[in-house]
This record gives sequence, structure tokens and C-alpha cells, in this order.
Amino acid sequence: MKKLRSSVRPYAALFRLRFVRELQYRAAALAGVATQFVWGAMEILLFRAFYETGAETPMTFSQLVTYEWLQQAFLALFMLWFWDADIIECITKGNIAYELARPMGLYRMWFTRVVAQRLSRALLRCVPILLVASLLPSPYRMTLPASPLAFLGFLLTAFLGLLVVAALTMLVYGLTFFTMSPGGVRIFAAAVAELLSGAVVPLPFFPEKLRLIAELSPFAAVQNLPLRIYSGNLAGTEALVFLLVQLFWLLALWALGGGLIRRAQRRVVVQGG
Amino acid sequence: MIALRNIQKTFRVPKREAGFGRAARSFFRREYTEIRALDGVSFTVPDGQTVGYIGPNGAGKSSTVKIMSGILTPDGGECEIDGLCPWRDRKKHVANIGVVFGQRSQLWWDVPVADSFALLRDIYGVEEARFQKTLRELTELLELDEILKTPARMLSLGQRMRCEIAASLLHEPKTLFLDEPTIGLDASSKIAVREFLKTLRREKNTTIILTTHDMADIEALAERILLIGKGKILLDGSFEELRKRHGGKKLLTAVVDGGTVPVREGLVLLEQKPGLWRFSVDPALLPVSDAIEALAALAQLRDLTVEDESLEALVLSLYREFRV
Repeated sequence: MKKLRSSVRPYAALFRLRFVRELQYRAAALAGVATQFVWGAMEILLFRAFYETGAETPMTFSQLVTYEWLQQAFLALFMLWFWDADIIECITKGNIAYELARPMGLYRMWFTRVVAQRLSRALLRCVPILLVASLLPSPYRMTLPASPLAFLGFLLTAFLGLLVVAALTMLVYGLTFFTMSPGGVRIFAAAVAELLSGAVVPLPFFPEKLRLIAELSPFAAVQNLPLRIYSGNLAGTEALVFLLVQLFWLLALWALGGGLIRRAQRRVVVQGG
Repeated sequence: MIALRNIQKTFRVPKREAGFGRAARSFFRREYTEIRALDGVSFTVPDGQTVGYIGPNGAGKSSTVKIMSGILTPDGGECEIDGLCPWRDRKKHVANIGVVFGQRSQLWWDVPVADSFALLRDIYGVEEARFQKTLRELTELLELDEILKTPARMLSLGQRMRCEIAASLLHEPKTLFLDEPTIGLDASSKIAVREFLKTLRREKNTTIILTTHDMADIEALAERILLIGKGKILLDGSFEELRKRHGGKKLLTAVVDGGTVPVREGLVLLEQKPGLWRFSVDPALLPVSDAIEALAALAQLRDLTVEDESLEALVLSLYREFRV
């Protein structure tokens, strides 16, 4: 027990410090909440126009509204384009020297930081958005989860989704060691991920073949799964299959990212003297 | 105990010449230049010794420190520090050492220094009681009382460096590596850092490896000097030995009203300004009294001082001697 506590301690400390830091940026949090609220409203109105044409839709309007609000509330949790500027600077400016001087594995240390950053941001921002969204008038209101089981499924897959997106981010950081200019990899990753993760348009709206590719990609294992499970758009065996796909991607990305960071570490050149 | 044997490190640097055409060509075919940063470096440092590691820029000082602190993996050679290999047993090894890179910061930029310290406490798994005791000592010696609650970004360079040094000692390491710890500091901060390191050595018997360009650091702290140039250890000895070996030259400054400069073997004119001459005297070739006599015979002396040649000048002449 004591051993467990002492091995968890450094990670808990990284978490705590990250939260302390995030709490300092109140204005940024407020601005984030406002932006996300407006963005969510815009998306919903856009879809409203689409639904009014009477076209056949793969999600009910209420499911879609809930999907959008949850997405905006937990933006920081799932968007791939949230980078930790400190980590990138570490690699490109040479502060990695201090990171490697710590008695911790680099991958685990950074992975913890990434998860902590996303979680602290999301927790700080989700409450007002969820609150307002659940008080809106009827068609635009965020509904309660489809069932208690759906809610549990949402919590589980959201947590795993957070780990998957953190593992994806770590892959990008790993590549930054080799390219040194983080821009290219990041822009590419963000553009592809954005589309395939269902951040722009929920995956059920995709044409059949593209939808299949997207749903099996690691990007769909991030927000697509928890948000659709919550609203009941995805349930039963189908949800279970996707949960397995999610687990597969998590393990695969951990293995890949771990290997990449190890390789990078061996040939690390500390930039700037 | 630190032991390095035949450490080698080569960096591959992309070669790119100026100009658009060349840049376009190197887009398709990269050429690399190999830079031998370390070319067979070997030395041993017993426990409790303070070593000044000196050499011009780009000589390989920082690379050596990074290898000893587990950050860089060398291409060849062996290194053992307290029974561990820095790069193979990195995690265990770094728990026993402290590192300060004068040009970088290990403090979290936007939180109070005390929060960064608490994080380090947890990362190194230091017991609370032990941590409080160490922190009290460090706070007193480095005068951190007022600044512990300040975010790192608001500290002056001198304050920050004191915090950096404290941060690297919170887990009471046996060995401390300092890579240019006094860079950019004002005189009083430099002295504070030196005094602190002296106390540390006296009270904890910490082994200290220090790289610096400030010879006053070396003079104040180092019992032993290692000179590195072009990736090789050129000289290894105590400060006194160095002085003796290089003649223990004296610096002669004469204030004169006029006359001619004497020419004698062992007497080198370093500087000549109207009314002020500076000589370096090599007592092995010319006793200092003879030099003064020669000077008095040819010039109207008003004042005369004799001093030991400064370490700064000594090191400069060493760099010149070894062409580094």
C-alpha cells in the first residue's frame, strides 16, 4: 500500500500543480465558455435549417442538440488541437534537459501532464455550459442521458476517450523530436483528426464508406463514442463493439507512442548549448 | 565517485550554405557535418571534491555534464557514478544527483516557487519532515524567505538562480552538477552563490562539478581544474599546480614619467600606454628583483606594483598554448 502511494505521488503532484495553474487563468476560462456557447448555438441553428428540409437524418434532432452541447462543454477534453506549449518548448528549445533529469519515465510524465491539462480545463469550463444548455427552451435543450446505463457508458468511454486523445497528442510530441518544427505535424494531425473524430459533423451524417473508415479510426474513439452513447444514438452490442475498438486503439497508441519517445530519447539532442 | 572512461560523442549537424539555390538543393539532398563534441574524455572524481570544468565555448563542457546527468547517451565509452551508469540506469541515477543549467529554468513559470518545490518533493519522493528541514536550511542559506511565494516569472535573475540551486538540492543529492550557475548574475549574487556552495561542500560533503567562464568562481571554489578543448581533456590538476607549472608568473605594473622599455629574457610587455606599462615576468628566467632593477635603470619610475598573474590571464594563455 505504501509502495503504491509512493509510486502514485509524483503523478498526483503533477495533476495538482496543473489545476493550480489553470485556476489562475480565470479570464481565459470565461472567454472559452462564451466562445464555446456561441459556437454550439451556431452549429445547432445550422443543423436546424438542415432538419427543416425534411431530409432523412441518422440522429434525432434532440440527440444532435445534446451531442453538440456536450461537445462544446467538454471541448478541452477531446479536441486534438489542444497542445501543451511547455512540452513543445521543452523539445524545441532544449528544456528537455531538466525533464530527463527527473527520476520518472518521460512518456508517463508527459502523458500525465496532458491528461491533467485537459481535465483541469474541461472541469473549469463545462459547468456553466451544461447548466445553460439544460435550461434552454425545448428543441434546443440538452436532454438527460438516455438511460442510467447510457450515463455509465458515457462516463467510461469519455474517460477512455480522454486517454486516447492524450495518447494521440503524445504521438505528435514524439514526432516533434524528429521534425523540430512542430507546426507541420500539428496542423496535419488537427485537420485530419477534426474531420474523422466527428468534431465538425457527427459521424452518422457521413456517407456510408467514409463513415466506416472514420468509425474504425482512432479519432472516432475520442468524442464520437461517449457523446453518441449519452444520447442513446449508440447502444447495446454496437456500443460494446466500439468500446473494444476504443480499447484496442488506446493500447496500440500507448505502445506506439512509448516506442517513439524511447527512440527519440536515445537520439535526443539538447537544443541550444 | 565519478569515473569516465574514453567517452565519445559525435553530433550530426545538417550542413546548409547560405543562398536560395543551396537551400533548394539541400531540400532534396541533406548533407551533414560530423562534429566530434567529445573525443575520448576520461577522468575520475572522488567523493566530496569540487571540480572546476573549464574550456572555451563549444569545447564539450556541457556535453560532458549532460552525459554525466543521464540526459545524453554517448556513442562510446563508459561512465559510472556511484555504481550506476547515467544513461542505462537513468531513473535511479538521477535520483542521486542534482543539476542546475544556468541558461534554463526548472521552475514552473506561472506558479509560486513554493509550488514548484512541492512538485519536486513529490517527484523525488522526499518525506515531508525531511523536506521541511532541507527547505528551512536552504531558505536560510540562500535567503529565499521573501521570494518563495512569488511566481517564478516575477523573480530577478539573481533571485531565480538562488531558487534554481535550491530546487536542485531539495532531495539532498550526493553529487551536484552546475552548468554555468553564475551566468549573467551581478557581483553580489555571484558571491552569494559561491558562499553557498562553499557551505554546501563543507557541511554535506557534496561532490560538485562546476562549469563556468568566470574564473573567480573557479578560484573561489575549485580544488581541481579540468581543462577541456576540442573534446579532449588537456589539463588536470589543482589550481596551485597549474600556477606552478605555468611558471607562477608575476604581473608587473609600472607608472613611469618616461624612459625606454627594457628588453630582457623573461620579461614580456603586455600593454604600453603613456605613463603606464604592464609586464609579465617569468621568475624562472628572470628574478623579479632583476626585472625591477632593469626597469629602474631605464625609466623614471613613479610607482610599481607586483601581483600574481590572474587566473583569467593564465587560462587565456592555456587556451592559446593548446590552440583551443
